[in-house]
Amino acid sequence: MSSLPSPSAEDHFERRKTGIGVRMTLLYSLVYAGFVAVSVFRPQWMAARAVLGLNLAVAYGLGLIVLAIALAMLYNQLCRTPRQSGAEGGRP
Amino acid sequence: MTVIVFLLFVALVLAVSRYTSRRAQGVGGYFVANSSIPWGVNGIAFAGGYLSVASFLGICGLIAFFGYDGFLYSIGFLAGWIVALFVIAEPMKRRGTFTFSDALNRTFSHPGIQLAAGLSVLVVSLFYLVPQMVGAGVLVEPLLGIPHYWGVLIVGSVVILIVAGGGMTSTTYVQFFNGGLLLLVATVLTGAVLFRGIDLEQLPPEEGGAQVPGYEYRVLPAQIDGQSVTVDLRGVRLVDRHAVLDHNTGEEQTVLYRLSHLVPAQAGPGDVYSAEIKGRSARFNGRSGPGWSIEEIDGGTYVRIEDWWRWEGGTSSHLAETQARTVRPDGVVLMNGAPDGPENRIRQMGGVSALPDAYGRQTGPVGPLRLLSVFADQDTVVEVPRNTSFATSGGERVTVHYEQSLAGSTFMRPGLMFPLEARTGEPAFTTLLNRLNFISLMLALFLGTSALPHILIRYYTVPSAEAARKSTIVAIAGIGLFYVLTMYLGVGSIAAGALNPETSNMSAPLLARSFGEVLFAVTSGIAFTTVLATVSGLIMAASGAVAHDLMTNLAKREVSDAAKVRAGRIVAVVVGLVGIVLGIAFRDMNVSFLVGWAFAVAASANLPALLSMLFWKRTTAQGIIASILVGIGSSVGLILLSPDMWVRYGFDPATAPMPINQPGIVSIPLSFAVLVVVSMATQKRSRTTAGAAPGTA
Repeated sequence: MSSLPSPSAEDHFERRKTGIGVRMTLLYSLVYAGFVAVSVFRPQWMAARAVLGLNLAVAYGLGLIVLAIALAMLYNQLCRTPRQSGAEGGRP
Repeated sequence: MTVIVFLLFVALVLAVSRYTSRRAQGVGGYFVANSSIPWGVNGIAFAGGYLSVASFLGICGLIAFFGYDGFLYSIGFLAGWIVALFVIAEPMKRRGTFTFSDALNRTFSHPGIQLAAGLSVLVVSLFYLVPQMVGAGVLVEPLLGIPHYWGVLIVGSVVILIVAGGGMTSTTYVQFFNGGLLLLVATVLTGAVLFRGIDLEQLPPEEGGAQVPGYEYRVLPAQIDGQSVTVDLRGVRLVDRHAVLDHNTGEEQTVLYRLSHLVPAQAGPGDVYSAEIKGRSARFNGRSGPGWSIEEIDGGTYVRIEDWWRWEGGTSSHLAETQARTVRPDGVVLMNGAPDGPENRIRQMGGVSALPDAYGRQTGPVGPLRLLSVFADQDTVVEVPRNTSFATSGGERVTVHYEQSLAGSTFMRPGLMFPLEARTGEPAFTTLLNRLNFISLMLALFLGTSALPHILIRYYTVPSAEAARKSTIVAIAGIGLFYVLTMYLGVGSIAAGALNPETSNMSAPLLARSFGEVLFAVTSGIAFTTVLATVSGLIMAASGAVAHDLMTNLAKREVSDAAKVRAGRIVAVVVGLVGIVLGIAFRDMNVSFLVGWAFAVAASANLPALLSMLFWKRTTAQGIIASILVGIGSSVGLILLSPDMWVRYGFDPATAPMPINQPGIVSIPLSFAVLVVVSMATQKRSRTTAGAAPGTA
């Protein structure tokens, strides 16, 4: 049987979550800013074939949407409370 | 059938609302559904409330008309959810109870914060409300054949019933219902688009059951020498010439010639004549009328009309047929030179006219990546509807619609709506402004989502911070999927040639119509419930702001819970009525464009305060208040001074004090700067209260 985390452990956990959230936001912001920068300063690159037959514009745009969903899932995994993780036999 | 399905959807929404309204008892029940909504339901409700007509109708239309640039809105609208999830969701839930001003004010307990935040919610909600109401009218007008204002009145009335009757509980389940249906119909339509592929012979049935055949616009060889034109049309005379200038370079982009010529006509009983003009049957009462006349030549009967032909300029030696609507000074409306009427209406336009050699005339069913790959090929040619409006020397107002041929590789990259690349002859300053405008829009979309009031209040309808996080993740997955599908709905619309050149907003329903009347009716019904869901959320947010934030402060005494709920219901009715009036007054405004402004106002007014409250220990109450007020004032002020508004005032857009349309790039940093400066200047006064460090949220 698991027990509730102590207040200090909870504070520590909340701080950790905030840190993860900020880092992920910065990471996504960088990728998003890259997209805007290429569109503005090198728009001709966007017509070039990139992956799976898609041009860079479509591949980068769809990639941003898929990345957002993937980061959201990852964040949820990293932000599960110690109680949840313990009950499910996961990491402390 | 469309009317029946439409009424069925409205009845379903009202039934869902009525069934769930019983739980809306007490102040907690009315404003935040007793914080008892399961996170999965809340996540889909997030999607249902967020995916407004701007997303469903607006983006599909923009992609169909402007290719990849429309998809930029999808990317920006979704990217903003990252900020909402990683930074805002859980702290907002932990710090607030009813409205986002609770969270802002938790550390300071300052009445000014509540007033400023309440005002901000009202302003942003109204900015967002107007395009939704306008969209409702745009949808209902062709769908049910009733005037625009009826659409606005129906939406306003139904939403008032939902919100005033069932509060946040009803609003949540209406949004849940809509979010689920929207994802379903977008998936079905995408499947149909992929199965059909691209077919160069595709000619859509225009009016569904009527099966009006498609029409191929004529391109005639012509000798064009300055002011004279020689072309093989019977009895042709040049009447007028109009050059469309490039907005940025001032060069002639295309030239339109107004030609008077004869079209064979048939005499009917009672001095009525008919003629086939551009595949439509036009009727003429009498021997002559405004802009046309009947002539007998060599035993044949003809009608002389005036219509507009397009010359691409340069070395082109062809004139291409266009469609033109002319409103004469006496109010008479002509379509392609003949009297406007039920059988002489504007035709759908758009299509794909060439495919890479490997595909021949049709691709057959294709996979999702293959479809986008074919569309982006340089050998694919897309026919995109374009229009230009101008006044003639005779006082007529003319709108000419024509098709522009574009290579797929141009259509599927940025540049058609946002001219980012410097063009020959374009001043460097113009290029700079175009780029700043684009950066400003993308910034506002990224930062605006997490500051929208109808999104922020949804963090309080779930029981815990963890549920707020999980519901945001469900929202990102659902909304992300939907925005990927918008790309297919957009390119599917133009591949089907099913575009109404007069309004891009009807592209998704018209795509559905190309697959049959049932899908059209269902798609249109869902589009209408989309308006209901979004407007419900906005009115709910405004209702909470007035009843919870503004009234408590203005009354200067404790207000009972019963009085707050009563006030909330009254405010819902009043805001609904204001929305109806504004929706009718602004009927000509572009839906997606207005939503872009709402994001800029939200990001400028709310986000700096939210972020500093969470991450900067030296934030003061005065800093927050100043930031919100400056954010509202600067963003709204810059919008009012923008080139687009200058056009609406009847002035030359080049003389607008604000040289770009999107205010975010100025107003968001300004709001942040004001927050920092005022907080630093008021440290001493707030030292005792600012100590509780955010940042540990």
